Amino acid sequence: MSTAAVHSLWTTAADPIAKIEAPKIEYGQLAPTLIVAGAALIGVLVEAFVPRKSRYYAQVFVSVVALCAAFAAVVGLAAGGYGTTRAHVAAMGAVAVDGPALFLQGTILLAGLVGLFTFAERRLDPAAHGNRVDSFAAQASAVPGSDTEKAAVRAGFTTTEVFPLLLFAVAGMLVFTSANDLLTLFVALEVFSLPLYLLCALARRRRLMSQEAAVKYFLLGAFASAFTLFGIALLYGYAGSVSYGTIAQVVEGKVSTVDPALANTTGNDVLLLIGAAMVVMGLLFKVGAVPFHMWTPDVYQGAPTPVTGFMAAATKVAAFGALLRLLYVVLPGLRWDWRPVMWGVAILTMVVGAIVAITQTDIKRLLAYSSIAHAGFILAGVIATSKDGVSSVLFYLAAYSFVTVGAFAVVTLVRDAGGEATHLSRWAGLGRRSPLVAAVFAVFLLAFAGIPLTSGFAGKFAVFKAAAEGGAAPLVVVGVLASAVAAFFYIRVIVLMFFNEPRPEGPTVAVPSPLTVTAIGIGVVVTIALGVAPQYFLDLADQAAVFVR
Amino acid sequence: MNPVNYLYLAAVLFTIGATGVLVRRNAIVLFMCIELMLNACNLAFVAFSRMHGNLDGQIIAFFTMVVAAAEVVVGLAIIVSLFRTRHSASVDDASLMKL
Repeated sequence: MSTAAVHSLWTTAADPIAKIEAPKIEYGQLAPTLIVAGAALIGVLVEAFVPRKSRYYAQVFVSVVALCAAFAAVVGLAAGGYGTTRAHVAAMGAVAVDGPALFLQGTILLAGLVGLFTFAERRLDPAAHGNRVDSFAAQASAVPGSDTEKAAVRAGFTTTEVFPLLLFAVAGMLVFTSANDLLTLFVALEVFSLPLYLLCALARRRRLMSQEAAVKYFLLGAFASAFTLFGIALLYGYAGSVSYGTIAQVVEGKVSTVDPALANTTGNDVLLLIGAAMVVMGLLFKVGAVPFHMWTPDVYQGAPTPVTGFMAAATKVAAFGALLRLLYVVLPGLRWDWRPVMWGVAILTMVVGAIVAITQTDIKRLLAYSSIAHAGFILAGVIATSKDGVSSVLFYLAAYSFVTVGAFAVVTLVRDAGGEATHLSRWAGLGRRSPLVAAVFAVFLLAFAGIPLTSGFAGKFAVFKAAAEGGAAPLVVVGVLASAVAAFFYIRVIVLMFFNEPRPEGPTVAVPSPLTVTAIGIGVVVTIALGVAPQYFLDLADQAAVFVR
Repeated sequence: MNPVNYLYLAAVLFTIGATGVLVRRNAIVLFMCIELMLNACNLAFVAFSRMHGNLDGQIIAFFTMVVAAAEVVVGLAIIVSLFRTRHSASVDDASLMKL
């Protein structure tokens, strides 16, 4: 008997190993995210290899180039028709490249760029031992007030890691708005949250408050993302897939051949309802909607102001992007269930945000509650469940993010010996001392209040119009009333700045470098441009308002 | 054994974790409770994966582990820096911004 024949007694010829197909990744369409994430990795290498003296310049250069290049890539994709006719799902169904994704990615990148300018500002604090310092701790690990910290300040250390952290956060947000399956959504959520937790803890002044804010943000954020993840698990259990398209088909009962393995779960609406509720809850936490808003005022107040500005703008854009996509792509078949709930959340958010803001005495806390109220206004547009709803939310987010970054940049300018003078009473009479800064801040406040000729008015009008046409007229009434209440406390700050006598020992307005001037300038120009001539941008948002599925 | 029982176990673990976050005061213990919640999610993913006969759930469990590890790195860094400043990891002591 030959060897081969003996062998065949206890073996059998296997099929040739099946070829595993390599996943097809459309690198060109993912370019914005890849550029920013790549630059963040380069930033880590810069930290490791570039001498301390030149790190700051290298980091700022890498970050600015990356954000500009990524924005150019977004514009290129939009010009190539990926926002409209050629919209499709890239990276094996993980990432959508469509109008809302590109529009919001562009917004996040610009908000990130403006935020970066305020991060890089080094002229506001007086120089320490001859070294220019920024808003961030000399050495994050040093205990505040300790000898280690004094030595770090004397040596002129700066935390240049903030720039890669910012880029990682931006990269996560870019994916978050375009995630097309629940796993990508969760990973992106963590990728942008973790750097933000760290950034919150890095304030140079008032480190204790900053660390407290970071701990609160981290614990509550991780708690919320655990809920999101359990919701994802339940939705996976319901549909047998985490892909948005598949879940949507199962929800609408359009799956032609029911997989016998799934027959037990697809009929189980409990899994669907609880799962969807938990995922939406996690997103509402990021948005800062009542009753998941508890972290917002503390974190906004404690975090370094440049971080607050960036976070307030970009996180809101990213989270609303993900919320829109989830509700409009995955759960439209469930809209009779989620709309009443969102009605309640939107009304609560608008009312609580506007009313609690009246009692605030700290400017950063005031802006935090104002951001909660704005989340409510945007939710009114989300509830519209129409194409106008999507486009109005896109426009509102773009308008709101620039106002926010600009307003927080102005807050960094008003300072006294202890750093930023954030107590409202300190702002009395600011208009007499520095009319320009007060006037710029007044423009932002008027935009927050939604006064005509500012971007806030155009945004609010679009959102409320979409909500009214979408059958949510009572919501619009509540929204307008809440806006009126909100206008009261914005106007109160303006009155405080212009019609009160300045205090003798009041704060001074620091002269910023061109970086902050640019940041505030962009904020003002966009605010007024979107207010005076909103039509072009409304059309742009309208073109971009169709999700791919 | 019926895989549905593992789902019940996952739900119970998740609830224990969530309750722990709400009632405990030490930041480290809070954090451990959050990790328990994440592991409950993993159990649910794997159980559903077994029920459906596809591998998605098991793959997701790996992603969750990596994310949880990254979260530990960031979370412990923040909690330890707070502890070194205040000599206490109690979340009740951190109340500078309470109105």
